[in-house]
Amino acid sequence: MTDILMPALSPTMEEGTLAKWHVKKGDTVKSGDVIAEIETDKATMEVEAVDEGVVDEILIAEGSEGVKVNTPIARLAGEGEAPAPAPKAEAPKAEAPKAEPAPAKAPEPAKVEAAAPAPAAPAAAPAKAAEGSRIFASPLARRLAEQKGIDLSGVTGSGPHGRIVKLDIDKAQPGQSKAAPTAASAAGAPASAPRPHQTLEQMGIAPGSYDLIPLDGMRKTVARRMTDSFRDVPHFPLTIDLEIDELLAARAKINAMLEKQGVKISVNDMVIKAAAVALMRVPEANASYTPEGIAMHHHADIAMAVAVPGGLITPIIRSAETKGLAQIATEAKDLAERARTKKLKPEEFQGGTFSISNLGMFGIKSFASIINEPQGAILSVGAGEKRPVVRGNELAIATVMSVTLTCDHRVVDGATGAKWLAAFKPLIDDPLNMIV
Amino acid sequence: MADAFDVIVIGSGPGGYVTAIRASQLGMTVAIVERAELGGICLNWGCIPTKALLKSGELYESLDHLKDYGLSVEKRGFDFGAVVQRSRKVAATLNSGVTFLMKKNKVEVVVGSAKLEKGQGAPTVVVGDRKLTAKHVILATGARARTIPAIGLEPDGERIWTYREALTPKFAPKSLVVVGSGAIGMEFASFYRALGSDVTVVEMLPRILPVEDEEVSKAAHKAFEKRGIKFRVPANVKKLTKLKAGVQLEIEVGGKAETLDAEVAIVAVGIVGNVEDMGLEALGVKIDRTHVVTDSHGATGVPGLYAIGDVAGPPWLAHKASHEGVHCIEHIAGLKPTNITSPIPGCTYTTPQVASVGLTEAQAKEQGLDPKVGRFPFRVNGKAIAAGELDGFVKTVFDGKTGALIGAHMIGHEVTEMIQGFVIAMTLEATEAELQATVFAHPTMSEAMHEASLDAYGMVLHT
Repeated sequence: MTDILMPALSPTMEEGTLAKWHVKKGDTVKSGDVIAEIETDKATMEVEAVDEGVVDEILIAEGSEGVKVNTPIARLAGEGEAPAPAPKAEAPKAEAPKAEPAPAKAPEPAKVEAAAPAPAAPAAAPAKAAEGSRIFASPLARRLAEQKGIDLSGVTGSGPHGRIVKLDIDKAQPGQSKAAPTAASAAGAPASAPRPHQTLEQMGIAPGSYDLIPLDGMRKTVARRMTDSFRDVPHFPLTIDLEIDELLAARAKINAMLEKQGVKISVNDMVIKAAAVALMRVPEANASYTPEGIAMHHHADIAMAVAVPGGLITPIIRSAETKGLAQIATEAKDLAERARTKKLKPEEFQGGTFSISNLGMFGIKSFASIINEPQGAILSVGAGEKRPVVRGNELAIATVMSVTLTCDHRVVDGATGAKWLAAFKPLIDDPLNMIV
Repeated sequence: MADAFDVIVIGSGPGGYVTAIRASQLGMTVAIVERAELGGICLNWGCIPTKALLKSGELYESLDHLKDYGLSVEKRGFDFGAVVQRSRKVAATLNSGVTFLMKKNKVEVVVGSAKLEKGQGAPTVVVGDRKLTAKHVILATGARARTIPAIGLEPDGERIWTYREALTPKFAPKSLVVVGSGAIGMEFASFYRALGSDVTVVEMLPRILPVEDEEVSKAAHKAFEKRGIKFRVPANVKKLTKLKAGVQLEIEVGGKAETLDAEVAIVAVGIVGNVEDMGLEALGVKIDRTHVVTDSHGATGVPGLYAIGDVAGPPWLAHKASHEGVHCIEHIAGLKPTNITSPIPGCTYTTPQVASVGLTEAQAKEQGLDPKVGRFPFRVNGKAIAAGELDGFVKTVFDGKTGALIGAHMIGHEVTEMIQGFVIAMTLEATEAELQATVFAHPTMSEAMHEASLDAYGMVLHT
């Protein structure tokens, strides 16, 4: 008797929907037969039998959602010693668990995954089956980890044979709680389970050869949020070049008009406005991934990265799509100033649905920022500079600015990101488009 | 003979000789310097020969209770010389054991007193006219009895003894006063009392066996008194004087002066590290009172010089010295030590025995912990009742917040063998859950360990 396990159709797949069974109890299957269809967020794929046998029991009913990879989905009665049949196409590496009790029930949760956001209450809790390794920890270490909310899978043991001991837990920071992490983790939310810390000395830097500046709150927050994001968010960059001569001309005109009001708009203000308009036109890019579903934001709340002494902060222009350039410029200037003097209120820098980081003033040509969770994307704006461009078959000179959109692939796929950039480009190419 | 080694160990007690063996196992060339007997105090003048004496005493005293077991003996008596002789033979056996171990591990034994001189790298070790060099020198010179000559607390070779003289007495004193109620003082008090001496123990601190848990101290006091040992606690020792026939100890109890007359006095008022006459000061070795200051690996701060065991400070226990020595040499060899916190048990082989590990209840409270404490008396333990060993109890101390076992204290028959269960539990970082879930064989006195673990959480079964 062997179990057929939920296959991983891609290396990143954690769970899927068992869309359809092609076999039923009592059916004889042979290698190559399509036995089921599995649906993931990306695709539907057929699962083929590897071995022969008779279907003894269907363990997971058709239409079940959130079936974890490696969960037994059916039981095959084979010829005694037949190897565990594993579905084709990147079949799971784990051995089929023999003699699992209680069919029709997902296996007991082993350990909650450290990082992967998981559905709050699926039939089965997230299991560590894919790694299949037992975590060795002393009883006291387990107790302390539980009390402090530290996930042992993120702790490296320093005891005998890598066993996790009390000292390791003492050194570890409280990690994500065992409950499924919500996507929106505001500043001050608990850090995730850290890697074991190596001292500089252990890494070959002599004591006394440097000065140690204690970590302040901002540095800790930046470190934690960027580490969490870069590690946990599957991100990718999309870069395009934009010609901004028209935009610069428009800016000059607008500034001339606004001179009496004492307002001066910057290229960045225009980028903010254009981004907001583009987000309204491609709302699927104005979204956040959460385990419960995709949050489609109603407004374009644009967070702008502002460098401040000792770090950076991202004050937000709320509902930027509803605001005129003059208002955006005024607000942006005020927020940036108060950011530098640390006078922002929390609600002025927490939240936001999209971020813009501009390093153009430093001459950076192009770069890819790290996703500012829980936002679906962040735009990195490079310097506007005169570059040769090809028009038809002629070489010409234009002021060109490269921008890079970093996308959270869980919510903004490549095509969505490209679509957004396609909507954003004409707004910069000709700012008149912003008012259409 | 080559005079250059990888490691030179000075002192061959349980710290030194074990370090030498481990060094040899790790592929180093090793010399060990010893000015007296291989095996140091432990084997020759401490742990082992006292256990031999105590066994004789215990057996003899058990004859008092033969009737309880339905037995009788026609004529009882002892040959004191033979008792001492047996103890010396036991020491000699172990001493030759260490000699064999040194040979087997190719450790060169250098006889004589070591002096240290500044060398290239590690200090040079001078023994007689030999100059020995090594990459690493490990001090394991141990300790000796503390004496206070100003008030007469020093051995006279006749009627004022330290442990040294008390181990090879020429006669069994009819009356004995023991100054100091630590493990050493109490073991001699217990032994001599077993052979019929009239024993009085004087302690300066408020209770006997002062390092033990208060409840254990109290129970021990009662049990020893039942055996006829007298106590003057707390007492200020004023002066010890040698009389024509015997000694006189002047003390002050509760502000009142008293004198105690006895045939012999044993001085057991602590120990001091052997740090003198080796040139340590000249090398710049940091010494705090009589102990060499070291880091957690035994390094003294002087290049290539380490110190382990008694000379590096308390607790003054053979097993602590061995543990430190192994840790030190493995650190020198570059082995990565695993992160294990090793609690050090302490045992006193009196009748009844006392054993403990970790924090006392009072210490736990001082540290701001909220201890959960369990107790279980042997008088309701089946095996103890059957054996007629009803004295004593097991006490457990758990951290109320984490459930970690943080201390265990026992008094009773053979508890020195039982404590190891709790030491293993603590080393493995066990909590109450594992101890409560452990199956203890029945009938054993160890079941009291289980019950005491249950009791701390209100789940005791047999009281």
